[in-house]
Amino acid sequence: MIVADKKPIEEIIEELGAHEKILILGCNECVTVCEAGGKKEVGILASALRMYFLNQERDVKIDEETLQRQCDHEYLEEIRDKVDQYDAIVSIACGVGVQFTAEKYFSTPVYPGVNTCFMGATEERGLWTERCQGCGQCILARTGGICPVSRCAKRVLNGPCGGSSDGKCEINKEVICAWQLIVERLKALDRFDDYEELSPLKDWSTDRAGGPRKVVREDVQP
Amino acid sequence: MRLSYPTNIKIIRVPCTGKVDILHILRAFEKGADGVYAVGCMEGDCHFTSGNFRARKRIEQAKVLLDTVGVGGERVEMFNLASSEGPLFAKFATEFVDKIKDLGPNPIKLKKKAA
Ligand code: SF4
Ligand code: SF4
Repeated sequence: MIVADKKPIEEIIEELGAHEKILILGCNECVTVCEAGGKKEVGILASALRMYFLNQERDVKIDEETLQRQCDHEYLEEIRDKVDQYDAIVSIACGVGVQFTAEKYFSTPVYPGVNTCFMGATEERGLWTERCQGCGQCILARTGGICPVSRCAKRVLNGPCGGSSDGKCEINKEVICAWQLIVERLKALDRFDDYEELSPLKDWSTDRAGGPRKVVREDVQP
Repeated sequence: MRLSYPTNIKIIRVPCTGKVDILHILRAFEKGADGVYAVGCMEGDCHFTSGNFRARKRIEQAKVLLDTVGVGGERVEMFNLASSEGPLFAKFATEFVDKIKDLGPNPIKLKKKAA
């Protein structure tokens, strides 16, 4: 899933400036699971903002809404009828949701209420870690299911580098060396011989280096 | 045991303090409560293992948020006691009410009235 973290409320207050009718817009998917942008967080943020503005003796209307997703037209359309009531939206979906909402409601300012961080997994409640950078050419088949693109600081494809020691990465003793994990997994899979094979040059044009990307699937297009 | 404690406290019963959410606390202040406190079992004695630790964390989060929005984090507190400690329950209630009286009414409530 896409992992996001809450923005400090002070920052959101600053974003909001002099707006007086504000919709806090959550999303029921990834950001709900990582407890940053779901219905509950919408409630907390809205409640806090209402109290803040009241205390400032400012008459600001703060409403709450949580959509199934903010990255699909059909769900975003659900607020079309009421968007005109607001002079700003705070979206606490990921950056995709914020942008899609802004594209759709072009004349309404849309502000981000979370910091979108990465694609990752929930290791335990309150701990999310990165697993994929969407490089567009997945090499997990070669690397025992462990991604050196997202989990190795240097994105080394024939690792480990010289900085790996005691299974930890040289950038930080708390970061596990991705290549240590790859070696262990290949051994567990009885595929350690594969480790000797050099990785071919990776085509990075499908990564961010090739500019903004898109996926076109004619087979499913209407 | 007949103990008296302040009558201006509204008791909301929950199965475990772990049920107390930050949203409940914020809503109480939005509705005009002058203070909110949670009374949980002794730390280490939670029937559900960690409910009272979770509650304490949420109280701490609420303090930070309430400070940020100008209501004041000192208006929310967590207390722990064993279910047999009636006198302590009454003591916490009295202490907390005294503290809130010193702080004065919830500023939001005053401004809502003025608006
Ligand atoms: S190799 Fe690329 S697509 Fe596969 S997990 Fe890593 S970053 Fe994601
Ligand atoms: S120590 Fe491991 S994870 Fe860190 S940069 Fe080197 S190969 Fe990558």
